[in-house]
Amino acid sequence: MADLSNNLAGIRSPNPFWLASAPPTNSGYQVMRAFEAGWGGAVWKTLGDPIVNVTSRFAALNWKQNRVIGLNNIELITDRPLDENLKEIRECKKAYPDRAIIGSLMEVPVREKWHELVKAVQDAGVDGFELNFGCPHGMSERGMGSAVGQQPDLIEMVTSYAVEAAELPVIVKLTPNITDIRHCARAAARGGAAAVSMINTINSLIGVDLETWNPIPHVDGKSSHGGYCGPAVKPIALNMVNECARDAEVPIPISGIGGISNWQDAVEFFLLGATNVQVCTAVMHHGFSIVEDMIDGLNNYLDARGMKSASELIGAAQNRVTTWENLNLNYKIVAEIDQETCIHCSKCYIACEDAAHQCIDRNVVDGTAILVVDADHCVGCNLCMMVCPVEDCITMAEIDTGLPPESWKQRSATLVS
Amino acid sequence: MATLPQLGEPIHKPLTDLEIRLEANRCLYCYDAPCMRACPTHIDVASFIGKIATGNLKGSARVILEANPMGASCARVCPTEELCEGACVYEKDDTPIRIGDLQRYAIDHVMKSGIDLFEPGKPTGKRVAIVGGGPAGLSAARDLRLFGHAVTIFEAHDELNGLNTYGIVPFRLAYDVALWEAQQVVNLGVDVKTKTRVGVDVSFDSLLKDFDAMVVACGMGNVPKLGIPGENLPGVWDALDFIERAKLGKSVANLGKHVAVIGAGNTAIDALTCSKRLGAERVTMYYRRGEEQMTAYEFEYEFAKQEGIEFRFFCAPTKIVGETHVAAVEFVRTEIPKGAAKPAPIPVPGSAFVEKVDTVIRAIGQSRLNDVFKAAGIETDGGVVKVDDELRTTRKGVWAAGDCIFAKGMREAMVVEAAEQGKVAARSVSAFLGVSR
Repeated sequence: MADLSNNLAGIRSPNPFWLASAPPTNSGYQVMRAFEAGWGGAVWKTLGDPIVNVTSRFAALNWKQNRVIGLNNIELITDRPLDENLKEIRECKKAYPDRAIIGSLMEVPVREKWHELVKAVQDAGVDGFELNFGCPHGMSERGMGSAVGQQPDLIEMVTSYAVEAAELPVIVKLTPNITDIRHCARAAARGGAAAVSMINTINSLIGVDLETWNPIPHVDGKSSHGGYCGPAVKPIALNMVNECARDAEVPIPISGIGGISNWQDAVEFFLLGATNVQVCTAVMHHGFSIVEDMIDGLNNYLDARGMKSASELIGAAQNRVTTWENLNLNYKIVAEIDQETCIHCSKCYIACEDAAHQCIDRNVVDGTAILVVDADHCVGCNLCMMVCPVEDCITMAEIDTGLPPESWKQRSATLVS
Repeated sequence: MATLPQLGEPIHKPLTDLEIRLEANRCLYCYDAPCMRACPTHIDVASFIGKIATGNLKGSARVILEANPMGASCARVCPTEELCEGACVYEKDDTPIRIGDLQRYAIDHVMKSGIDLFEPGKPTGKRVAIVGGGPAGLSAARDLRLFGHAVTIFEAHDELNGLNTYGIVPFRLAYDVALWEAQQVVNLGVDVKTKTRVGVDVSFDSLLKDFDAMVVACGMGNVPKLGIPGENLPGVWDALDFIERAKLGKSVANLGKHVAVIGAGNTAIDALTCSKRLGAERVTMYYRRGEEQMTAYEFEYEFAKQEGIEFRFFCAPTKIVGETHVAAVEFVRTEIPKGAAKPAPIPVPGSAFVEKVDTVIRAIGQSRLNDVFKAAGIETDGGVVKVDDELRTTRKGVWAAGDCIFAKGMREAMVVEAAEQGKVAARSVSAFLGVSR
């Protein structure tokens, strides 16, 4: 058994799996159930001046037989009174003192109002705060959420308001609806944030009903852009986490959020720079019990690699990501098709033929298509491997070019001189 | 449409919407897909399944029926394990896509919604006579109408679609499905003369005078006699007559306690299972060869086992016994001599035995319509109409398709083969008439 305990900027939890501030953390009842299932922490559904919600609120992107590969929501922050929420936070903390409870906060950018909110929530016994500068729908129209998160100077200012009153670590949750998230993370750090969390949801519209032409989801025939999350956003989140992890001006830990559904997703976030992870959509899809395999799978993974602690993973591969100009131009791989496991579907052939470099030879012998890579012309793009339905049937083999590593940066420098 | 007896639950129920969605999305949509190549009519399977997945059921049915006018019956009776599904790339893992069921789903949609998918071509002024309105004749008629030729089908029976209508048990292929399928062809403006036997009611020569071309698709004849004493006794049936009467809900008299079916092909299976479902206590198949030589499809054999049929191999009937009705059958055991090139079974001396039997159904293949071909002036090879690659017979202006050109080792007697041959003949006829696509 490896050590899964987690420490994000001084906030301790028995494992690195937190629930993100979202519908699953809307009430004490839910958070209690989550802790009972094993979740290490919970970021409470955002507290602030109670609002009124609409119906409907969610919509899913389904792909083939897979439901909810993406989820869009237009629900706002908590619609329950602050006192009620704080009472339940106290009860949860009392029942599960070892778990992390984070108060997610949203307020207009007024210093006094922030001080008041921070103090009230602090008194309820939370372990830290998360400032919601990311919610992209509804609240942003009222000058909160991503309206703050899209302006680095506002991020810095409002963060400092919270930090002034807080005796606990302050995490700033960032919106991905910007051009370069590093500027936002730097501003949070300058404002005194102990950590950043990312990504909040992405501006989105799920679709249109082809019968009624109503946007999806719709409220009495109309819709509004929502926040997109779920497995489909993971690559976007991974990139943003990694960009911040590698940035010298973001010297604070990162809580990773965005499409994490299992321990494998979590390990990827750790390796690229996240200290812990927050989950929402997978719980909305499958319930709190998914954390059992997240813990079990992570444990087994660490044991199999002879690692003592999950913290050894944090940032372990983050510097393997660099800028394009640093990639080795002399590295060459070509596709190889295993004739034993090939099922002769020709998916690789048509993908290469129509969309890549026409490097797969196809010969029909006795009614069976025999597929062979023309290694001399293969550019190693991976497309055939990607479309092959058989695991490990197409592999990319490294070819020794006999040339030393050379990046574009090096080559262009040589060309200039 | 008259409601006819179904003789119990259909063997194969349609997939549910959920199953269809899962299956349509599981398909890989292979390039130049093996399933398409394995289909005698070359239905673009990947295309029609992809259309099901996108909810374009009309387009899906169009893809199927364009390639195979008999797509509705083929979805139910094709030996898919030996054709499309047998070629599926997932077959390796024993989980081929359920292509037949998906095809049925798409076509059931147009069947229920009454969508018209095709329109006849611009009239060419040419006239084609089709002898026989079974699958081959209908398929030829459909494509000839798409080319724009005027088509008249001459059909001996009351209804079109041949063995699909009369010769396949209703729990495998319902009567109304067979008629719907034929009606889609008729709707394109085909003139149909039912209860008309060419060569009897109207002569070949007169037709050839009135029409610019002819397609002979008259199938095969009755089940031949066993050639043993006693087979004219009441209680002895031709399997096809038996199935037809049962399918149409006509009386087949009292089958008694024990039914013996002679033969081991797919029609034998139909006669066996039909007898069982009609209430016979014991139904036994008798075959002069072994299990491995059975010509019935594996899945048909399995189905018959599940229906409680008994099987006796290596025995041949020698005499049907009875006063006024079948009472028993005398059999002799047979064996296949070792080392024989063509393993013909021979009787084992002194091995005779008697079975108490109330009904005998012979299902030993079908006879050839030699007289018809002779009257038509077309040559045959042992009763099989001689045709070239384009299905031209030896007589100018006459083509042949379907079971009348079926020959062991050459062509299969399958609905899907007949459909393809109808298409091939239509294309050749049309080229002959000066219209090509």
